[in-house]
Amino acid sequence: MNILRRTALVLAAPVLAIVVAGVLTSIVLLTVGDSPAAFWETMLSWPENRSLVNIINEASVLYLSGLAAAVGFRMNLFNIGVEGQYRVATFAAALFAAQAFLPGVLNTVATIMVAMLAGAAWAGIAAVLRVTRGVSEVISTIMLNAIAVSMVAYLLRKTGSREGQTIVTDTIPESSWVPGIPLLPDSVTDVYGLAILAVIAGIAFSVVLNRTRFGFDLRATGGSESAAVASGVNVKRMVIYSMLLSGALAGLIGMPNLFGVSHNYGSTIQTGIGFAGIAVALLGRNHPLGIAGGALIFAYLSEQANPLGILAGISPEIIAVMQGVVVLCVVIAYEVVRRYRDRLEQRSVAEALDASGPSGSGGSSTKEVTA
Amino acid sequence: MTVSPTQQPEASASLVKPTTARSYRIWLYIGVILLALSTTRVFTGADDITSAGTLRAAMIAAIPIALAGLGGLWSERAGVVNIGLEGMMILGTLGAGYFTYHYGVWVGLLGAALFGAVGGALHALATVTFGVDHIVSGVAINIIAAGVASFLAEALFTGLPGGGPTQSPSLDRPPTVTIPGLDALTSELAAKGWFLISDLAALVNALTASMSLFTLVALVLIFGTGWLLWRTSFGLRLRSCGESPWAAETLGVNVYRYKFVAVTMSGVFAGMGGAYLALVASSGYQNGQTGGRGYIGLAAMIFGNWRPTGLLTGSLLFGYTDAARLRSGGESVHALLLIVGVALLAVAVWQLFRGARVMAAAGAVVGVLALLWYFSTDTIPGDFTQMTPYVTTLLVLALASQQLRMPAADGLRYRRGEAG
Repeated sequence: MNILRRTALVLAAPVLAIVVAGVLTSIVLLTVGDSPAAFWETMLSWPENRSLVNIINEASVLYLSGLAAAVGFRMNLFNIGVEGQYRVATFAAALFAAQAFLPGVLNTVATIMVAMLAGAAWAGIAAVLRVTRGVSEVISTIMLNAIAVSMVAYLLRKTGSREGQTIVTDTIPESSWVPGIPLLPDSVTDVYGLAILAVIAGIAFSVVLNRTRFGFDLRATGGSESAAVASGVNVKRMVIYSMLLSGALAGLIGMPNLFGVSHNYGSTIQTGIGFAGIAVALLGRNHPLGIAGGALIFAYLSEQANPLGILAGISPEIIAVMQGVVVLCVVIAYEVVRRYRDRLEQRSVAEALDASGPSGSGGSSTKEVTA
Repeated sequence: MTVSPTQQPEASASLVKPTTARSYRIWLYIGVILLALSTTRVFTGADDITSAGTLRAAMIAAIPIALAGLGGLWSERAGVVNIGLEGMMILGTLGAGYFTYHYGVWVGLLGAALFGAVGGALHALATVTFGVDHIVSGVAINIIAAGVASFLAEALFTGLPGGGPTQSPSLDRPPTVTIPGLDALTSELAAKGWFLISDLAALVNALTASMSLFTLVALVLIFGTGWLLWRTSFGLRLRSCGESPWAAETLGVNVYRYKFVAVTMSGVFAGMGGAYLALVASSGYQNGQTGGRGYIGLAAMIFGNWRPTGLLTGSLLFGYTDAARLRSGGESVHALLLIVGVALLAVAVWQLFRGARVMAAAGAVVGVLALLWYFSTDTIPGDFTQMTPYVTTLLVLALASQQLRMPAADGLRYRRGEAG
């Protein structure tokens, strides 16, 4: 297959999915009597600079979350618990940073380490239960999410102080704050300074997965566990390592906002990032660049939906419907495209065999290729 | 996917009908639990752990979980892992809210089933027809369902009297039944505080007085499922799709159709669980009402070893911990700590006896910690009582998952024509 056709096939799925999701969303809007025209006008208008900055910020956070989910997905390990790991890690980080054991930037760096460790530890519980007791990580991480909410709420009440309606931890010393990047001049908000973490994590993810023994083992386990075992991969150890890695990445999710804007952990912490990250990872096919695309699309949709209520009289909740539909459509579309590509490959192999070998052997060889 | 892949395949075991020994064992368990609770009540004075109110609340908390678990059972017995139960349940709460307001409770129940079925059919379309990974599809369905429910709730309930963008108006409750005579007698006995007798009376009271008809419907569905899946040829074929779809295919079973039916039914039951939440456990639809009960239902089904009676037992356990936290939670859950501590120590001794030293040590450490916690405090903070059902789920799965056996082809991708 030539390169042009390959790229077309790779892009076909997401484009198809977004179109289908757009059509379905329009139908939903029509059925409740809202105007799809007004919806698309608002959604497709060019965002203001302030919105652009918000989109970048939101996307960087979603990207980290997507990476965290993708590590597990690449070896068929479903870490549904990114949400809980992020929450535990952000709380631990806020608590640690406020103590100011170290001065200035050192405190920032140490805190990021603490966040990664805390996220990894929380994910580690699920990993240990999986390898020692055979508990599905899907169920255990979901339970750990719920436990994390209650546990952090309890600890916050013990350690924090009341500020208006919410309870917050102590504020991080100002010397450790990370200033924003004034990317666009006339915007009131800045890009998170630690949005750079997303870039670093993306590159690291790519290098580790594609250029190291660990990454190879991880992908091999995801591709075929029995083949991986046969080639000497210790699957149990891989489960532990990848779960810890996933948790550590989840620990980073809260850092840009913690050091850039909020400077403490409050009970109004943004929720749902972990689940959105799963969706973003699926959208981007667990590929570092794909996830970036998915994160940008999700962030764009969420940000553009904000004025929907005012401008078009449509509930912004519609965007959650659209995001969900995009994800389902995209996974279906990938599957359809994969089947189509398999068929193409089979045909080309069969043709090649028919051309070279004696007639009759083509059929059985094709079967071997597909099996 | 749901339990460790290292388990021994024993495909024939699940095709055999449940033995009578197994059904006796259930009564033994119930007896032991009642005895333990009764002893604890007398010892700690935490009267609410076996009061009729708590037990009734436990029942009401357990049924939605059981219905979700029943949905999981249908789906996984046919070989499709269904993590989208949560989403189907959310759709059920919305359907119940809308149809009950306009047409009454029974149409509401059907409407919830219908909405759930739509979610189930979507999952079937993605996993069976298109071969998408089951977990991935389930996660997507949960996202869609949450979005659809909050969007439609705003469209359907805003402007209705007592309704708003996030909740339906207050709705009628399904009718209840009480066996006359027994009610007064048992509540009188329960109030005496006698060891075991009062607890038993409270249990009878909870089961016979003002029981919602929806509860009866749910119980009929659960036991009916047991009959349908294990005693009819339809059930045998459905389960064969979960054990070995390729073998079923060679015997002429239309595996796609069976899987499709099973997953759609799975949505029906989860939707009914949603209806129960909206109509019996509370008095109308609210955003975020399910609170992860679909997932707990799935856990209850795993705990119940992919069997109807097992999943009911699991649901009652989770329902009970949920109810204990709601009724004088600090005191009740504190008393339950004592049971957990003693039970874990017993497990530790048993594991040591079997030669599993690591497990024994782990059990002993956690058990001693639980007992220390019990004796060093008088009550448990609200946040901890809130996590009780989830911690219970984790603990139970950690202790029990080695004895469980899921359908052999559960979660695997199946395509027609690949047998051989």
